[in-house]
Amino acid sequence: MQLNLKITYKPFGDAAILIAWDAEISISISNDILEFQQKIKALKDDNIVDVIMGYSSLTVVFKKRKMEYLNAVKSLKKTYFSECNALKKMPFIWEIPVCYDLEFGIDLQEMAKKVNLEVSEIIKLHSQERYRVYFIGFLPGFLYLGGLQKQLFNERKANPRLHVPKGAVAIGGEQTGVYPTESAGGWNIIGKTPINFFNINKDNPCFAKAGDFIKFVAIDKHQFLQIEKEVQDTSYKIFKTLYNA
Amino acid sequence: MLSVLKPGFFNSIQDKGRFGFAAIGVPVAGVMDESASELANSVLNNTLEAAVLEIYSGSCEFQFLCASFICISGGDFSAKINNQAIGLNKKISVFPNDIVSFGKAKYGARCYLAVAGGIQSEVKLNSRSFYKGITQDVFLKRGMKIAILEVLKSELVSNASIKVNALHFSSSNIKCYKGPEFERLQADQQKKLIENFFSISKDINRMGYRLNETIPNTLSSILTSAVLPGTVQLTPSGKLIILMRDCQVTGGYPRVLQLSEEAINCIAQKSTNSQFRFVLEKL
Repeated sequence: MQLNLKITYKPFGDAAILIAWDAEISISISNDILEFQQKIKALKDDNIVDVIMGYSSLTVVFKKRKMEYLNAVKSLKKTYFSECNALKKMPFIWEIPVCYDLEFGIDLQEMAKKVNLEVSEIIKLHSQERYRVYFIGFLPGFLYLGGLQKQLFNERKANPRLHVPKGAVAIGGEQTGVYPTESAGGWNIIGKTPINFFNINKDNPCFAKAGDFIKFVAIDKHQFLQIEKEVQDTSYKIFKTLYNA
Repeated sequence: MLSVLKPGFFNSIQDKGRFGFAAIGVPVAGVMDESASELANSVLNNTLEAAVLEIYSGSCEFQFLCASFICISGGDFSAKINNQAIGLNKKISVFPNDIVSFGKAKYGARCYLAVAGGIQSEVKLNSRSFYKGITQDVFLKRGMKIAILEVLKSELVSNASIKVNALHFSSSNIKCYKGPEFERLQADQQKKLIENFFSISKDINRMGYRLNETIPNTLSSILTSAVLPGTVQLTPSGKLIILMRDCQVTGGYPRVLQLSEEAINCIAQKSTNSQFRFVLEKL
C-alpha cells in the first residue's frame, strides 16, 4: 500500500475486477501491485480463482456467478489498506547463462547495423544490466522484463518468424526476454540460453516469480553445451542470490 | 480403457481448466462449451468438473475396452454405436468392444463425449485439459489408450433425454459487457460495435476467433494487462478477436468487450461465416 498511488476499480465482465494504477512501467507501481497480489492470495478466498498481474494492473478473477461487484470492491479496498500479514516472498537475482555466438544470435549482425553498435557492445550492454521480472504471461514461463538499456531498443521484425527456438534470448522494441518454448515471434534474436524457463515436470514449473531479477551472463559455445547437458540430467543449479532492495 | 481408432482433427480431452497458475503464465484452457459438457456430466451423475472428450471435427472413432455409460451433448455430429444412430443428452450403455463414432456436424461446432466417472487421463497443474507444453499430448492420437472407470451394470437405463434450448445453437445475439477499454472508443466506433452484424472468419481455434469485419481503430496499444476467455480485442488493423478458452493470460490490444459466460459457450458452437451481433448488457 502506497498512499501516493492512485488506483481505480472497474468490472471486467461478470466474473472479474480490473484494478488499474497509472499507466506507466515503474518499479514502485509494480511493487505495490505485487504486495496487493500477495495480500489477496493470503486471504485464501474460495470465490477468488486467480489474480493476474500486468505492468500497471491487477485482475481478480472470481468463480462464475460468485462476484457481487460492489461488495467485492469494498472488501478488496479493505485488503489493500490492511497490514501485510502475508509472508513476503524474497526476491532473488537469477544468473542466466546466455551464449551470444552468431550461430544462436542470428539477428545480432543486422541489429548491430540498426542500432549503430558493435556486436560486442550489444552483448556487453545486454549482459551488464539487472532486469526486473514485472510479471509472467504470453506463454507459460515467459517473463516480462524491465530495464533494457535505451541503446538496445530495436523495433520488432516486420515479418515475424514462424519458429523461434526454445531458449532464444531476444529484443523486441523496448523489451528483452527469453522464449520458454518454441513459438512464433517477431523479436530480434541475440542469443540462446540452455536454461528451462518452464518445466512441467518440476513441482514449481517456473523458477522465477514477479519481483525477482534476471542477470544474463555471457558464455561460450563450449560452456553452453556443457550446461545444456547438465540441465538435461537435472544436475544444473541456476546461480541465485537474495536481492536486498 | 477406451482406444482411439480414428483421432479426427483437433479433438482433445478437456475439463474445466487450470485456475491459479496465471502467475507463471499458464492459460485456463478447458471445455469450449461448458454448458454442453456440464449437461453430459450431470446426465451421468458425474461432477460438473469431470473430464470429457471434446470433438471438434467428426470422422473419429473410439472403441470401449470395458463396460460403461456415456452421454453425448453439444452439437449433433451423427453419433453412432456400432453403426447405429444414438441420441444426444441421454445416458447410453456401452459394452466391451463397442465402437462409438462421429460423422458430419448437422448443427453446432463441437460435441462432448462424457463417460461415467469421467475421463481418467493424467492431471497436470490440477487439470486434465490438453495444452501444449503442459500435457504430453495436444490432440487425440491414433492408438491412444484413454483410462476410464469400468462400470458394473446393475441399473436399467431409462430412455429419457434432456431437451436443450435450440437457441444455444441458433441465436445470433451474443450477450456481453463493456470491456475495460470500451469507453476509449469514439461514439461512432461504439455504435458500430454494438449495432453491426459480425461474422466469424476462417481463422478460428481454441485460442481465439477472428472476425471478418473491421472497426476503424484509432486506439493505441495498452500496457500489457490481463485478458480472459471471452475478451474481445481490437487489433491495430481494426480486426476483432474473441479470445477463447486457450487464450494467453495477458495481452496488449485494447479490450473493447467482455462476453458473458453463456455467450462464450454460444460462440463455441458457431463456425466460419456464422453471423451474430454483440448485445450489450448492464452489470
